[in-house]
Amino acid sequence: MGTFIQQVFNGLTVGGIYALIALGYTMVYGVMRLINFAHGDLCILGAFIGLTMLTSTAGSGHPGPALLLLAFVVAIVLVAAAGVVLELVAYRPLRKADRLAAVISALGASLLIENGIMLIWGPEVAVFPSGLLPRITWHAAGASISFVQVMIIVASIFLMAALYLFVNHTRFGTAIRAAAIDQDAARLMGINVNRVIAIVFVIGPTLGAVGGLFIGIYYREAYFTMGWTYGLYAFIAAILGGIGNIPGAMLGGVLLGLFNAFAAGYVSSSWQNAITFALLIAILLVRPTGLLGERVAEKV
Amino acid sequence: MSLLDIADLRVNYGQIEALKGISLTVSKREIIAILGANGAGKTTLMRTISGLLLPRSGTIHFDGVGITKLGADRIVRRGIAQSPEGRRVFGTLTVLENLRLGGFTRPHGEIAGSLDFVMSMFPRLAERRGQFAGTLSGGEQQMLAIGRALMAKPRLLLLDEPSLGLAPIIVQAIFRSLRQIARTGVTVLLVEQNARMALKLADRGYVLEVGRIVLTGEADTLLGSSEIQTAYLGGERSDGASLLS
Ligand SMILES: Nc1ncnc2c1ncn2[C@@H]1O[C@H](COP(=O)(O)OP(=O)(O)OP(=O)(O)O)[C@@H](O)[C@H]1O
Ligand SMILES: [Mg+2]
Repeated sequence: MGTFIQQVFNGLTVGGIYALIALGYTMVYGVMRLINFAHGDLCILGAFIGLTMLTSTAGSGHPGPALLLLAFVVAIVLVAAAGVVLELVAYRPLRKADRLAAVISALGASLLIENGIMLIWGPEVAVFPSGLLPRITWHAAGASISFVQVMIIVASIFLMAALYLFVNHTRFGTAIRAAAIDQDAARLMGINVNRVIAIVFVIGPTLGAVGGLFIGIYYREAYFTMGWTYGLYAFIAAILGGIGNIPGAMLGGVLLGLFNAFAAGYVSSSWQNAITFALLIAILLVRPTGLLGERVAEKV
Repeated sequence: MSLLDIADLRVNYGQIEALKGISLTVSKREIIAILGANGAGKTTLMRTISGLLLPRSGTIHFDGVGITKLGADRIVRRGIAQSPEGRRVFGTLTVLENLRLGGFTRPHGEIAGSLDFVMSMFPRLAERRGQFAGTLSGGEQQMLAIGRALMAKPRLLLLDEPSLGLAPIIVQAIFRSLRQIARTGVTVLLVEQNARMALKLADRGYVLEVGRIVLTGEADTLLGSSEIQTAYLGGERSDGASLLS
């Protein structure tokens, strides 16, 4: 029972992070039918920016949580700006070009950001400072849950709920969904699709920067190739939920996190990935469009 | 002065020239029919007016102002809305969401009034407001596409083949609604293959053939002309045209 509860919390923690990052993949895919391979690297850029903020403000005398909040804000602003520039420079000129051109551009952008991170922060593993957050751990029924875990889970739920409300219950959110279904029809509604895409490239990297910084804080480290590792997990989470589907990315992220945690907790952490991916393949064999992909007939 | 003024419009798809110098005018409160066989360039013309395609040359003026190079969203704001070929409703959004999107460019306070207007014109849409648009019948989807365009409160309404693939009785209902819409003062540019019904509704018509206007005139004159009779009213149509006397 203790292991079970423990793994649920561990799973929800990484699952929340996967979901935050997966949302960026799925929203860009939804509106542009493009896999933004640079998304994972943008997220880890957020981790490094946050790390720089934390180390440079450490010992300034201000309370830890305030410094942490500042680190998040700066990481979000800079990563969102990078996301907008990425779309403008790497994707917009290729909007009407062959899909392959855009994919190559995405891969190029990924390598560029990854190597940019290496140039600025170096190739070695960077360690996150400790003592920023209360070192509280709750023990119950044989499981122990840390303050960091609770913070990540609560923040992920909050951000996902905010996104869900925005996309489903605001005028501009509906415009995003319309552009994802049919760009030309959306234009005929008076929707500026370029603006929709730009906003998607703000929202995705914003959530991604938070996710990336959470990874750094949770594992207490960051390295320049981390974008590929976690980007891949999050991308798979998006596929699992049904790429292009926002609730799907949330569900996919959380499920992937839980799979991961249970595989690690009940089998062994060295088999964690093998078991996770075997499950994933099994699910995709039954539902090739992902769990929530194409729920309703979209084409008429 | 004319509301819409198109001069020598040429539009290409790569090397293929789909419109080869089209000129036409639409006056305020007129209903204009554009007729032509498959591939004549009717949809290309409508998409170009709405700003979805950029012409190679030529000009489009709306209410005296050049809109040739304006983006599609800006053109809607100027007062041109379109119910596109194939309806293109947002299938995974509800009827109500589709209609609200039609009013995307309108001030928030005016949406409710326009919704009432559209739903009184198409009571079916009111009944199905919470349903996904993709689950509507073809005729209901066409009503939604027209209603959605009306939500923009356009001065010029573009309709691309509203009768496409619909049963004759539904086509008649749609055309009755179009007559009603025109009576509210909206200018209508209607693309149809159902020439008889279109000309009965319209004031004037243009006939398009492989990217050129080959015939134009008063609707009544066109209805009686031998060219139209043989080319478009031959009586072998299966889409309901022949059902109307
Ligand atoms: N996206 C495109 N790419 C290349 N050629 C196109 C494209 N769209 C249309 N065309 C060509 O342009 C010409 C005009 O097409 P258009 O769709 O405007 O005709 P239409 O009069 O609307 O026909 P229909 O009655 O079948 O709807 C056709 O020869 C068509 O093959
Ligand atoms: Mg057409």
